[in-house]
Amino acid sequence: MRISVLQFPGSNCDQDAYHLFASGLGLPTRYVWHKSDTLGDADLVVVPGGFSYGDYLRCGAIARFSPVMAAVKAFAAQGGLVLGICNGFQILCEAGLLPGALIRNNSLEYRCITCELKVEDSTPSLNPRVLGPSLRLPIGHGEGNFRIDEAGLARLVANRQVIVRYAGNPNGSLDDIAGIRSERGNVIGLMPHPDRAFERFHPSQDGLAFARAVLATRFPENLGQKSA
Amino acid sequence: MPVPLPPNPDPILNRPITPELVKKHGLLPEELSLIERRLGRTPTLTELGIFSVMWSEHCSYKNSRPLLKGFPTEKQSPAAKYGRVLVKAGEENAGIIDIGDGWAVAFKIESHNHPSAIEPFEGAATGVGGIIRDIFTMGARPVLLTNSLRFGELGSPATKRLLRGVVAGIAHYGNCVGVPTVGGDVYFDKSYEGNPLVNALCLGTLRHDQIRLGRATGVGNPVFYVGAATGRDGLGGAAFASKELSAESASDRPAVQKGDPFMEKLLIEACLEMMAVPGLVVGIQDMGAAGLTCSTCETASRGGAGIELELDRVPQRETGMNSYEIMLSESQERMLVIVQKGREREIEEIFAKWDLHAANIGTVTDTGRMVVKQGGSVVADIPAATLTDEAPVYHREAREPAGLAASQAWTPEAARLPDLDQTGATDALPRLLAHPTIASKRWLYRQYDHMVQHGTAVGPGSDAAVVRLRLGESEKFVAISNDGNGRYCALNPHRGALIAMAECMRNLACTGAVPLAMTDNLNFGNPYKPESFFQLRECVRGLADACRFFDIPVVGGNVSLYNESPEGSIDPTPTVAVVGLVENEADITTQFAPGPGARLVLLGGAPTELGGSQFLGIVHGLKTGDAPAVDLAAEARLHGLLLGQIRAGRIAAAHDLSEGGLLVAVSEMLFGPGKAFGASLDLAGFAPTRVDALLFGESQGRVLVAVRPGNEEEVLAAAAAAGVPAHAVGGTVAGGSLAVATPRFAVSWNVADLRRSWETSIENAMRRPGLE
Repeated sequence: MRISVLQFPGSNCDQDAYHLFASGLGLPTRYVWHKSDTLGDADLVVVPGGFSYGDYLRCGAIARFSPVMAAVKAFAAQGGLVLGICNGFQILCEAGLLPGALIRNNSLEYRCITCELKVEDSTPSLNPRVLGPSLRLPIGHGEGNFRIDEAGLARLVANRQVIVRYAGNPNGSLDDIAGIRSERGNVIGLMPHPDRAFERFHPSQDGLAFARAVLATRFPENLGQKSA
Repeated sequence: MPVPLPPNPDPILNRPITPELVKKHGLLPEELSLIERRLGRTPTLTELGIFSVMWSEHCSYKNSRPLLKGFPTEKQSPAAKYGRVLVKAGEENAGIIDIGDGWAVAFKIESHNHPSAIEPFEGAATGVGGIIRDIFTMGARPVLLTNSLRFGELGSPATKRLLRGVVAGIAHYGNCVGVPTVGGDVYFDKSYEGNPLVNALCLGTLRHDQIRLGRATGVGNPVFYVGAATGRDGLGGAAFASKELSAESASDRPAVQKGDPFMEKLLIEACLEMMAVPGLVVGIQDMGAAGLTCSTCETASRGGAGIELELDRVPQRETGMNSYEIMLSESQERMLVIVQKGREREIEEIFAKWDLHAANIGTVTDTGRMVVKQGGSVVADIPAATLTDEAPVYHREAREPAGLAASQAWTPEAARLPDLDQTGATDALPRLLAHPTIASKRWLYRQYDHMVQHGTAVGPGSDAAVVRLRLGESEKFVAISNDGNGRYCALNPHRGALIAMAECMRNLACTGAVPLAMTDNLNFGNPYKPESFFQLRECVRGLADACRFFDIPVVGGNVSLYNESPEGSIDPTPTVAVVGLVENEADITTQFAPGPGARLVLLGGAPTELGGSQFLGIVHGLKTGDAPAVDLAAEARLHGLLLGQIRAGRIAAAHDLSEGGLLVAVSEMLFGPGKAFGASLDLAGFAPTRVDALLFGESQGRVLVAVRPGNEEEVLAAAAAAGVPAHAVGGTVAGGSLAVATPRFAVSWNVADLRRSWETSIENAMRRPGLE
């Protein structure tokens, strides 16, 4: 199981994502520079949080044009597993790999708090039976307010593409949506940070279970595997 | 005999140096004479600008330097297994302390008060950016930020605007650059109305062999300029000059710099990558205050060398900038790097990878002079040391403020202040908890990313923050606390400063940390006012006394004078931050009691003083009395006891008594995350002197600990053995009430109501109609 964590200029949760998989799950993990047009040998590509290209213009709007994103699109088209966390989620939406968009929090302020999330029954690995009814994960974003048109929302719900919802909505997200998956299920994006919930001293260690469940989306044999 | 320099390419800079021009540069006539003696000629206008910034208080410490010499800058105890000073205060951009196993921390606090008063968002943002550069220029990776903020009373729209702007600015910069803002302290007091204080601290980690210095050495080595291009922004205190000097309108030139945290993030990564290449970097310094000028003459002066600069090669984002503007610009996110000759390609490649400028703008020389050329002409030629080491030093007149002695003699009895009855006590606690100085700072810190880098073990809201440092394959836990009570310092400057240090040390002890070193930001009024200078002198003496007593070296800091509002000077406010280490992760302790069933033990004795308390201010509208007494030896015994009991695993939570005293402390211990519970305190056995002082007084050296069930006797015995007064005063209980028996009456509160008062006070004040 090999993990590639992308690095854009301005990525600042690249180390957090790296250590979730490398230290938390003990998996071989490496960084891939944004100017690279290949992903190497990867079973999961993580698009980490941060402020890619300063998030000037619009969050993720510039990152989607970087060479590595062409490789990510090709990877995803072949069914490759892609996880976008926070800014990574924004980038995946901008790149058209996930539906919808993330706009300014309704408070007009950045929010760094730990949120209670309701786990939705979305896939054989991302559901309450595997993850339990709820997860506690931190958020840290100024633009996490998920928006999609009515038809799009209907599709998300009908296809069970919503993976987690906020128990107390921190940003005004439509339908309390905190994270979604692509229709095919191999592209996953969420605003909360599993990469801030795995150390002993973190607010929870729910990030580990979530990361395992993401891997199990494509590699079910990993479900229930203990961390190294 | 030196000859005059050739005419400047920009004719506007060839104006004669008149007394008005000198005055407008903030220089005294005798300072001009000194400059003329050093140069052997009249300075050019560019040179006058250079002297004006380098001889400003901010760069030269000309009014405070004699006082700062009293600070201990090295650890006295040779036995300490870590804590040795590797880079001392004043030598470099930040001091560096050994934390053992070949690792070190660099940290420093710096003010951005005046820019934040004018433009709170950009002022605070660039304050954060500046202090981060001070840290990574030493070779350290920035791992945490804290801040000390002071505002006027929150009721005023002006204060709300400043608070909103400052917090948004800190968040904007810190969040984007990816360094967690893990703690700080905030006070609201009328004395800061119109003159807020914004002091930002950064701490970084590095190995001993990664320390880089701001020194220009090696004749012939190239001088590189890296980072953002230079514009006309932030011409600082000399902004008037650009107005007069330029035909253009000055209205589009911000006096306050504009920060770009994305650029800074790239600069951090590129610089750390560059410094990791063996032998490539000879010296490095950020361009902060006084930009290119300060970085050039300081690196040259420290290296005992000269530097020759060619301004035509400086990356510029505006056209037609003259030498005065380029040398004095305070554009952000720029660094000066002295590179090993012959290896220019390597640095250029690294910066190309990060899409950043890296321009070879000059050379190290053996002349000891800073020579600046533009358009082929020499526009400035100054011995570098003249600008740095030979700045004038002044011993200002000090006078004790009128009324200080009378205020110190104040007693509640003489003032016929009625003591609290049951109704008064019932009302007072929620009022104190809701006062913005005491209330939860959640509204602020939830806007700061305090979790990025995933090392935050104790975030904002407890006595001290704790951050796990990844050091190669190993890890350590660093703790940090910020403090500085301006009210105490106004009432008794020396004692107030002692308290600032003692409280920081106490906070670290409550967290399970061993203190290592401190950094301070001295925020005072105009030093030409003898009363302000007296406050500065006495506070510095207090900090120095406390540092010597605790053997805590001062590793650097900042002096901010001229903090004046229309009402007068601010309260004298030395903000102090002490950094410590938690040796074992298991020792990390917070102020939050884990739940019912813990015994509460008050260490240090019953509070008896009211002077300078928040209670007096909030309930009686008084800022008077003497600051509480300080007994440093008793403090040291208390800290030793706490650390020992924490390490023995007997303490579930510890919280120091500070603003608001005992009842605020016990309330806050109940306000942790998780399920609600209550507490019961029996104080009836204490001497029935004054109930208000017992419940809300701010006597120093007090800590309330929640002892793990079954450990009370051991803790009391250990306290007796250590000579620390200890009283079992109650315990945490199931249910939702805080019940207190005083020597005169019993009183109780609903904890959920108290919590709401405390938690939502600032949020309610800052709520924007129509949102949320």
